Amino acid sequence: MRLKRKDILTIEDLAKDEIELILSTAQSFKEVSEREIKKVPTLRGRTIINLFYEASTRTRTSFEIAAKRMSADAINISASSSSVAKGETLKDTAKNLEAMNPDCIVLRHPSSGAPQVLAGFIKCSVINAGDGSHEHPSQALLDLLTVKEKLGRIDGLKIVIVGDISHSRVARSNIYGFTKLGAEVSVVAPPTMMPSGIASMGCNVKNRIEDAITDADVIMMLRIQLERHKVPLFPTVREYSRLFGLDRKKLGKAKKDIVILHPGPINRGVEIASDIADAPYSLILDQVKNGVAVRMALFYLLLGGSRE
Amino acid sequence: MNTKNIMDAKGIERALTRIAHEIIEKNKGAEGMVILGIPTRGAYIAKRLKDILKSIEGVDLPVGAVDATLYRDDIGMKQEQPILKETDIPVSIDNRKIIIVDDVLFTGRTIRAAMNVIMDFGRPSSIQLAVLIDRGHKELPIRPDYIGKNVPTSMQEEVRVHLQEIDGIDEVVVEAE
Amino acid sequence: MNRILIKGGRVIDPVSGIDGLFDVYVFGGKIAAVKPSIPPGSPLEKGGVGDLDDWTIIDATGLIVCPGFIDMHTHLREPGYEYKETIKTGAMAAAAGGFTSIACMANTNPVNDNASVTRYILKKAVEEGVVNVFPVGAISKGLKGETLAEIGDLKEAGCVAVSDDGRPMMNTGLMRLAMEYAGLFNLLVISHCEDMAISAEGVMNEGFTATRLGLKGIPNAAEDIMVARDIALAELTGAKLHIAHVSTKGSVELIRRAKDNGIRISAEVTPHHFTLKDEAVIGYNTNAKMNPPLRSQSDVDALKQGLKDGTIDVIATDHAPQDIVEKEIEFDKAANGIIGLETALSLSLMLVSDNIITLPDLVKKLSANPAKLLGLDNKGALKVGADADVTIIDLNKEWIVDSRELKSKSRNTPFDGWRMKGRAVKTIVGGKVVYEG
Ligand SMILES: [Zn+2]
Ligand SMILES: [Zn+2]
Repeated sequence: MRLKRKDILTIEDLAKDEIELILSTAQSFKEVSEREIKKVPTLRGRTIINLFYEASTRTRTSFEIAAKRMSADAINISASSSSVAKGETLKDTAKNLEAMNPDCIVLRHPSSGAPQVLAGFIKCSVINAGDGSHEHPSQALLDLLTVKEKLGRIDGLKIVIVGDISHSRVARSNIYGFTKLGAEVSVVAPPTMMPSGIASMGCNVKNRIEDAITDADVIMMLRIQLERHKVPLFPTVREYSRLFGLDRKKLGKAKKDIVILHPGPINRGVEIASDIADAPYSLILDQVKNGVAVRMALFYLLLGGSRE
Repeated sequence: MNTKNIMDAKGIERALTRIAHEIIEKNKGAEGMVILGIPTRGAYIAKRLKDILKSIEGVDLPVGAVDATLYRDDIGMKQEQPILKETDIPVSIDNRKIIIVDDVLFTGRTIRAAMNVIMDFGRPSSIQLAVLIDRGHKELPIRPDYIGKNVPTSMQEEVRVHLQEIDGIDEVVVEAE
Repeated sequence: MNRILIKGGRVIDPVSGIDGLFDVYVFGGKIAAVKPSIPPGSPLEKGGVGDLDDWTIIDATGLIVCPGFIDMHTHLREPGYEYKETIKTGAMAAAAGGFTSIACMANTNPVNDNASVTRYILKKAVEEGVVNVFPVGAISKGLKGETLAEIGDLKEAGCVAVSDDGRPMMNTGLMRLAMEYAGLFNLLVISHCEDMAISAEGVMNEGFTATRLGLKGIPNAAEDIMVARDIALAELTGAKLHIAHVSTKGSVELIRRAKDNGIRISAEVTPHHFTLKDEAVIGYNTNAKMNPPLRSQSDVDALKQGLKDGTIDVIATDHAPQDIVEKEIEFDKAANGIIGLETALSLSLMLVSDNIITLPDLVKKLSANPAKLLGLDNKGALKVGADADVTIIDLNKEWIVDSRELKSKSRNTPFDGWRMKGRAVKTIVGGKVVYEG
């Protein structure tokens, strides 16, 4: 089958078989990353622009490595170094970038929906690398791949997502991704961080981590982004950590083989106690490896490939 | 459509046995070789070749698959997206003799791409090419070392190799519009 | 002196209780007669019938003839933002929508917080505007919510109401003073009800759609709280309070109860709030971004009920032109508001075809009620001696909204491409035909 779309903007848009195609293609690309020469000429002569309106070394680097392993020319543009800081609109930027004749633009933007706006202005493919509080599709895909590799399946698993659900694009993409592949997702947050109507996305809503963790197969701890809140949504970091952070005590109520995910970078001692982040059941490093593979798969599928 | 059967199960078996003998003769034995088939059907032929070599020489050669899709020069040019398959090179290929195995040799572009994949995995001492059918129309200076059968064809014809493992029958047919 | 005879139409004038086939005779810019049959050349006014060639006969057979519509909530953008709309283009859009009078909000640049700006607007309106323009003065200087504007001067210069619309009045103390002070001039205080401490960075209605799109929501409570506050202040001060662009179920209930309690309160709703739901935002459609935001189905139902039972007195457009560069951008950065003058009537007629309100009731909410609230004594009715502002409607005229063809200078409408039924075909202002469709 082939991926018949120009852009990857959301997981919500993707059908189950499209997600599965991306995951199985990514699995093939993991093999490439283990070769002596970790580079294939597939996208030689293609231009991929990483347009980042928010600083994110991890995501940007992952897309950049993916592009380079496929021999594409990767150009990084960050808001601070381009005219975007000077009040140029996204439309102006799109038109200027079009002059470089790119094949794909990877966009990270603080405004929800910005990739969709950009995609409407430009002929090349657009990959959403995280937009506001909306979606972060490549992150969800790598989380899916990581869990699938570790546990052998997604269908029937119980996934718990803990943290600032209101502002989390990772949460939204993962709710759609895991439920589409047959998992049961619960979200946990204090009511100040729980967006209204979230249950209509098809997840369970809980306010206490202890209520959700007992039969969970996977627990995903979202990063607390203090800089995003004008007014703090909880009294103190200490109290948040005590009530919603993952520590040995709370983990004691979980299944022995529970796996822990974190989109990183971790605030050690806030959302995850330090000794757990480094424990063997933590898949945080697998997530990084899978990130490159998933992004290679997205480039390959959008720019011309498919998988049997 | 006009279909002509040009090889049956017996014919395929005879051709592969002959190729195996030629490999042994040319290389003075089969020691140290790695057999890599090009998916999908080349990979199955590679496995059969390995079995035949084992029965003749008694050596158990490593066999794998090399998918050249990511090295093709026509990505994005064709209507159909190229399909990604498995690459599985089970051992180090440094200083070893590689036999690339494919079902049909046509333009030679797939073989060129497969050689590039192999080179990225290491530095073999030599690469040889075995094909069941050579149908002509090469676009690159690539010449097989072992050929099951030469089948001159026109561009309007298609050569199809059917194998028991996936097609349920062993045969080679030529289809014409 | 020009004479117009509008013959054979269904005349609807809720003030005089007329609904039937009448002829309307206009002379000297005033309504001179409304009678079952007026033959051209009848000696209806002092000085005789004049030359018969001066008579303009309008055949209104099959059409609705009603008092000219008054939009009590328009943003004209002049002075200061002429690239979005000028008094001239806004007035043309009004005429094309069947509006003969518009009240324009004070959030221009400079703000209409002193008599010189009011006089400037009125002068431009007389020179370039095809409809009547009635400025609304600011409540506070510079719309800053700190100190009162010179409301007495504004009234004298021609302002018909005061409002800080565009900026919610967060300063409760100042709102109290404004209501007390405006009472001195019997001026209507128009309130944009929004508690910014709750609406904060919200860009659309709070709820599932906002959550799904990752957009910050504005809960109904942001409006309800301020409506409740302003009702309490109106009770305290006895002021004439008007709630602008009601969007929530809670507001409707609060206003209904306040009216039952005898508080002097009135309210308006916009066509987009009773037509669209927050789902219109899906796809990050910035032409569905406005403040207050589009709400849920239950809010829409409550607004319709409010229109039906009289809780909501007026339909007003909140016509808010925005340039394309302020709309063709990221949703959270895009400007609020849509243009509404040219689509308001057709959208409102849907209320009639859906049997929510009657046609005379609709006419009343578009003419007599706003005239009364703004103190426009000679407008809003087809009585003899009133200003000859008349709107003629073809209820059966079908048309498709094409934003490029609208008279407004801006194109920000969520109704582009909509099939509409019913439209103004003639707009008469002061005895002059200013629009013919
Ligand atoms: Zn307002
Ligand atoms: Zn307004």
